Amino acid sequence: MLEYILRRVLWGVAMLFLVSGVIFVIFYLLPSADPATLRAGRQASPDQIERIRESLGLDRPVFIQYVDYMKQIFFHFDFGYSYQYETSVSSLIFDRLGPTASLTFGAAILWLLMGIPIGIISAVRARSLLDRSTMVISLALISAPVFWLGLISLYLFADDIGLIPILPGAGSYEPLSAGPIAWAGPLILPWTVLAAASAAVYARYLRSDMIDVMGEDYIRTARAKGLPERKVVMKHGVRSAITPVITLLGLDIGVLLAGNAILTESVFNIPGVGRLVLDAIDKADLPLIQGVTLFGAFFIVIFNLVVDIAYAYLDPRVRYDDL
Amino acid sequence: MSLLEVDNLRVAFDTEDGRVQAVDGISFSVEKGKTLGIVGESGCGKSVASLTMLGLTRSMNSRIEGRVEFEGRDLLSIPETDLEAIRGNEVSMIFQDPLSSLHPFFKIGHQLSEAVLTHRDVSKGEAAKLAVEMLDLVGIPNAEARSHSYPHEFSGGMRQRVMIAMALINDPKLLIADEPTTALDVTTQAQILGLIDDLQEELGMSMILITHDLGVVAQNADEIAVMYAGQIVERSSVEELFFSPQHPYTWGLLGSIPRIDRSSEEPLIPVTGQPPSLIHPPGGCRFHPRCPYVQEACSTEQPSLETTGGGGTHHSACLLSETERKALWASLEKSPDPASAIAAAELKVARR
Repeated sequence: MLEYILRRVLWGVAMLFLVSGVIFVIFYLLPSADPATLRAGRQASPDQIERIRESLGLDRPVFIQYVDYMKQIFFHFDFGYSYQYETSVSSLIFDRLGPTASLTFGAAILWLLMGIPIGIISAVRARSLLDRSTMVISLALISAPVFWLGLISLYLFADDIGLIPILPGAGSYEPLSAGPIAWAGPLILPWTVLAAASAAVYARYLRSDMIDVMGEDYIRTARAKGLPERKVVMKHGVRSAITPVITLLGLDIGVLLAGNAILTESVFNIPGVGRLVLDAIDKADLPLIQGVTLFGAFFIVIFNLVVDIAYAYLDPRVRYDDL
Repeated sequence: MSLLEVDNLRVAFDTEDGRVQAVDGISFSVEKGKTLGIVGESGCGKSVASLTMLGLTRSMNSRIEGRVEFEGRDLLSIPETDLEAIRGNEVSMIFQDPLSSLHPFFKIGHQLSEAVLTHRDVSKGEAAKLAVEMLDLVGIPNAEARSHSYPHEFSGGMRQRVMIAMALINDPKLLIADEPTTALDVTTQAQILGLIDDLQEELGMSMILITHDLGVVAQNADEIAVMYAGQIVERSSVEELFFSPQHPYTWGLLGSIPRIDRSSEEPLIPVTGQPPSLIHPPGGCRFHPRCPYVQEACSTEQPSLETTGGGGTHHSACLLSETERKALWASLEKSPDPASAIAAAELKVARR
């Protein structure tokens, strides 16, 4: 097991190298704008632009820039300085990680609390009216774009523009250090919006898993043992059906921490990683784009690993020794 | 009074293609300490019948009629919670595929003690101890340590031993064994059958042994019911069935057993044709499209299960007259094809 983890970590590092290289190449082949021109201001002479290009080190060959960049990360954990903010990339990311993590984990808890019970009940009462209606609703939620759902929720409930102004609206994010209530209040709408589609996905996923599992021979055995149906479902059924859901959860959290909550963050004006990267792309802020992408890739690699390890514990048939 | 009495049991399932009459009016009884073998090819309704006895086919799509009386209680009409108290406690079941029948994520010791804790008011420790004792009884070596293993860590035969231990842990009065050895190789099969036989004697329970293999019931059963397309076509003691079978379908089954006393050059005689559809079963005798001795009446008139001899214990559902059948069987037995010599030999061995 230990050997397996070690090997996976090494693969993860290799993956991060690959990702950083690809980002560099993409940026140079398809730049969103010229960073030097952007920084030089409106009336800059070609001379000034050239000087800025030099000071940023952009005149050197791409390969040298890349090696330099990697060296800094590897030996000093230094991701460079953002062109536009003139602060270190790592401190920018760490500042933005709090809001994104708050949004992600809160939403994850919410979608699990909604998706799992709905999935189980729909499976047990498959083809009933309840099942059919929840499945239709969930399909609607999956299909609804996040930004649309977000705007609707603001239009309905935000305390500044809403028809029923009961919840803090966009741009009211407070860090956890401001107190749990001040923190949670403004996140209720974003959590709900972000969780809605996922809750629907998880409910449908668990439902179909659970229907398969309930047809298994070992469920028949559990019933033949005389176990009450509730226990057959909640213990023997859910124990099997939940395993793939845990996998899905790990991957989803990794992706959201990597900045994939970008739409929700934009609609609710939450200063998270997603908005940071959107901004960075807009301003051709290469060090920031690089940094955010690497951090994102790091989270995805880590959560993939966590999922695989969790799997070995959840399913005793899976052993990594002989992989 | 019999331990279990099944009277005119009918089970149908509503499917998209129509109503499947899986079990169509079967009746039999099981005496205390005795074994009833139910024999028939795949899809004849033998498994459905056994699952229905324990209420395991109850669903929105199933229609169940008749009576299944266990110690005076009708298992078909009592509420689910009462059934739960009987399942795994007074009536237990073992299934065909022991790997898929054990939960892959729970240790077997846990799965066994769970069966105890469901029905008895004992501590977890006591239940675990009982589980180990039971595993020991069914011949799992090093039972204490093995109770912490998962099902996939056992061989097929060992898994079936685990299933048997789980079924017998609450000392049931009736064990329903649904093809318990079909998924096992031949040597393991013999061991498992021997084990079931020994345990049955030791615990004094009754058994319903469901199989498609006449060789299996020859060793273990007292009485045999032959099922075809949801109905019982012949029912008798083992001796009667092997020495003077009365139904053409039974002859067919006997003819498809390999025999050591015949040259291996001699072909086995399979029952020709396919089992009939249970949505649109053939009219008259259900076996008539495949029966070599079919007469005109067979396609219109449905034979009922009637006493044909054996001191009133032998029943058969066939329109051929008793004399015709006797003559046919006598000629079959003399001819080099289906006969029951091997089964009779097996029987002698089994009877010790």
